Amino acid sequence: MADEVATQMPHGATDRQIEHLLRRAGFGARPDELAYYAQMSISQAVDTLVNYTDVVDDVDSLIGQAGYVGTTTRGVFSPQSNISDSRQRWLFRMVHTDRPLQEKMTLFWHNHFATGYSKIAGSLGASEGARYLAAKPSEDPGQVRGQIEMLRASALGNFRDILLSIAKDTAMLVWLDGRTNTKLKPQENFAREVMELFTIGVGHYTEPDVYAGARVFTGWNLGRPGTALDGSLRYQFAYDAGQHETTAKTFSFAIYPDGNRTIPSRSAADGMQDGIDLITALAAHPNTGRYLAGKLWRFFVSEFRDPDPAFVDRIASVYQQNQYEMRPVIHEVLRSPQFWDPSSSWARYAWPVEFVVRALKEVGWNGFSVDSALAPLTNMGQTLFEPPNVAGWETGQSWFATGAMLARMNFASTLTANQKFNLARAVKNAGVSSNPDSMLSYFLDRIATAPLDSGVPAELASYLRATGPWSGADAQLQNKSAGLVHLLAGSPEYQFC
Amino acid sequence: MQLTRRQFVKGGVAAFTVTFAAPEFLSDLARAQGAHARNLVVLYLSGGNDALSMLIPYNDPSYYSRRPTIAVPAGQVLQIGSDSSHVSLGLHPRLTGLKQIFDQGRLALVQRTGYDNQSRSHFLGTDIWSTADPNNSQGLGWVGRYLDSLPSPVDPLIGWNTTSSLPHVLQAAHTGVPAIGNPSAYSFNSPNSGTEATAERASALRISSHVPVDRPELAFVYGTSRDALATLDRVADVAQYAPSTAYPNTAFGLALRAVAGAMAKGIGTKIFFVTTGGFDTHSAQNPNGTTGAYYGLMATLNDGLLAFYADLKNQGLLEDTLVVSFSEFGRRITENGSRGTDHGAASVMFVMGGRVSGGLYGTAPNLNADPNNPTLENSAGDVRFETDFRSVYAQIIDNWLGANSAAILGGNFRKAPLTFI
Repeated sequence: MADEVATQMPHGATDRQIEHLLRRAGFGARPDELAYYAQMSISQAVDTLVNYTDVVDDVDSLIGQAGYVGTTTRGVFSPQSNISDSRQRWLFRMVHTDRPLQEKMTLFWHNHFATGYSKIAGSLGASEGARYLAAKPSEDPGQVRGQIEMLRASALGNFRDILLSIAKDTAMLVWLDGRTNTKLKPQENFAREVMELFTIGVGHYTEPDVYAGARVFTGWNLGRPGTALDGSLRYQFAYDAGQHETTAKTFSFAIYPDGNRTIPSRSAADGMQDGIDLITALAAHPNTGRYLAGKLWRFFVSEFRDPDPAFVDRIASVYQQNQYEMRPVIHEVLRSPQFWDPSSSWARYAWPVEFVVRALKEVGWNGFSVDSALAPLTNMGQTLFEPPNVAGWETGQSWFATGAMLARMNFASTLTANQKFNLARAVKNAGVSSNPDSMLSYFLDRIATAPLDSGVPAELASYLRATGPWSGADAQLQNKSAGLVHLLAGSPEYQFC
Repeated sequence: MQLTRRQFVKGGVAAFTVTFAAPEFLSDLARAQGAHARNLVVLYLSGGNDALSMLIPYNDPSYYSRRPTIAVPAGQVLQIGSDSSHVSLGLHPRLTGLKQIFDQGRLALVQRTGYDNQSRSHFLGTDIWSTADPNNSQGLGWVGRYLDSLPSPVDPLIGWNTTSSLPHVLQAAHTGVPAIGNPSAYSFNSPNSGTEATAERASALRISSHVPVDRPELAFVYGTSRDALATLDRVADVAQYAPSTAYPNTAFGLALRAVAGAMAKGIGTKIFFVTTGGFDTHSAQNPNGTTGAYYGLMATLNDGLLAFYADLKNQGLLEDTLVVSFSEFGRRITENGSRGTDHGAASVMFVMGGRVSGGLYGTAPNLNADPNNPTLENSAGDVRFETDFRSVYAQIIDNWLGANSAAILGGNFRKAPLTFI
């Protein structure tokens, strides 16, 4: 079966195919990434991206070093306790990681298990909010692993394990109020969303399932162990047997492999097993693989076409056959004939972070700080660690309200103003400064867009000639290269990936 | 400038390229579509508003027995009389401004609005309230369908969305609504200055006038780009607006300030969307303490709306303005263990404006937890709807927007006792 699929993949990769792969499985290609992957066949490139654990994960150690995109700190750079720094670190990783698929899947999961900083910070305080979302164990006195670090570590892990980790995740227990789910007054928030948004989807559960699910997770609360004063005090998941509701819970779908729909009555001491049983059942539910396949289609393959039923069947079956392991699932997505079908090329509306990171990779980053991308990203409608609600961001055409489109154009303006010396130098080094048409060709190759609408290249050429004769002088090269790249990166065609 | 409609369609692009946004020409167009006609402000209370904390049946003993820690004491509510079923009702104590507006007869409260078998999902629920279609919640928004029904060409500033992404209620087949959170940030910047910047902007305008053929997704983004550039100058005008009253420094207050500015500057916009969130009060709902969650929600709502109302009144625009609220569901009657409330069913809608016939519409639920209580559902857990939410929309479409509600809502939802406009 795998071979049959493989024969439908293109042999002998072209740069355009590698770019397609890296836009979807990553955030576009830096020049060094393009050179690296261009030596490979498509199949090798996919394997390399998926088996990223073979690549050293040292990207965080590059923050603050020369030659990389900058960060801006007010005091000490503290991504484990300052959300603005957490955002900068993640953007830095997206630009400079050599494990692009890991960051891309982390973003996928962040949108899937969408958890918002404001509510965590509002409940526990600003630095605690950043901590439970973004701290690494190695940098936290209490060895807290924030939610995004958990998702990043298991980016291609087992979906059931990810679900279980999410159910016990401190930020999630605050976000969906699991911490206050108690015996006498079960709390439905997590129980509803785990079915509606995380696993089986609307239409596959009933209202009584939500109420039963709330009872299942009674006692899945937060405790605060740790010794005081040394900073190790921390909130973490704690099962409170005294708050668990012990009667049997019956669902409209199978909980156990024999088809039994009832979680039996258990002693309070053993009651945590209820939640594990439900999570296992939800991971195994026949619609979960299909629900994930649909989301993976829209994330990796196409937003222009509805999911191909053959693709959904295939991905759901790989999901089941591999016992919910995501690595083989994503491998299959990236090898699927639908992924490589020419109609999938540029068939995704770029998310704001995808747009920003790809622009940095293609336009340049030396001398730019990712801090300057934070406010623009908010204006484009995507603040990392602040999805609008638990359903995640509204994607596709919803990104393109006029204000958000202006924010994209204006980010391109900020970036090109910052990079105008680098751009002009590149034009000279490439030997294309002598006339506007060769400079245009150079940038059309470097700043990859969906095929430009007919007539647009001519408009760009006339822009280059608009303010006087071509001299090729430095000042002209700086102005015109910045203006041209601004028009390209702010163009409608650049807003796809 | 005199242009026939056909010339506009053919020459619209050229008209833009001559003077960038051609504001005078566009305001001709705006006037033709009734710049000073009736404005509609759609207000979304995001998260599922707890109607029972907003409009309180303070003589119902079940309200207190089912909400031992989060009921508003009877002595605290702002009494506004009784409804037609003789239930005494009071507004949340923080809604002092809305009480004034109610007393002036310009606030209508429609009780128990919802629909049969109401969704308790935020997302499905919001989709249903936005599309006005419980059976096909993925379609266009009901306001979007209204915009689509207007004669073309439609002014690209016919609507103004104060949030960053397009809400479902405004989704239309062929009418774009610009998203303008902050008018003063709504600009086109350039990496250059002087003549270089001017040339670049002219080039961006020319490029955006392209209409890609056979590529609908790309054409959509082109349309957004074109609308953004075509509306810059008028929005910049709104950014200069000096209101007659101080607005609270909340996102909601600032959004309403921009809406009032757009109305006062007469830029031709008729439909506005504003939102205020945080209504998903599963825990620590606390409507009573001055730092309580629900108390804060009411403060934001009240202070924003009161400033807006006063400003419009001073500007002589109140008669031209109608505000209608919605939320995806009401909340469970009995409080949960987190001193909050879970997702419920029917809620309350309100309508405010200078031509509104204020008062209480519909009847309050009886909160007695008897499973046979006809005003409740879900084993007496939730409030059952009495007025279909589409009947409220129908009244607005027919009597305010002057369109045909049956055509826009796909059915006749008119309800005679609803006479708030």
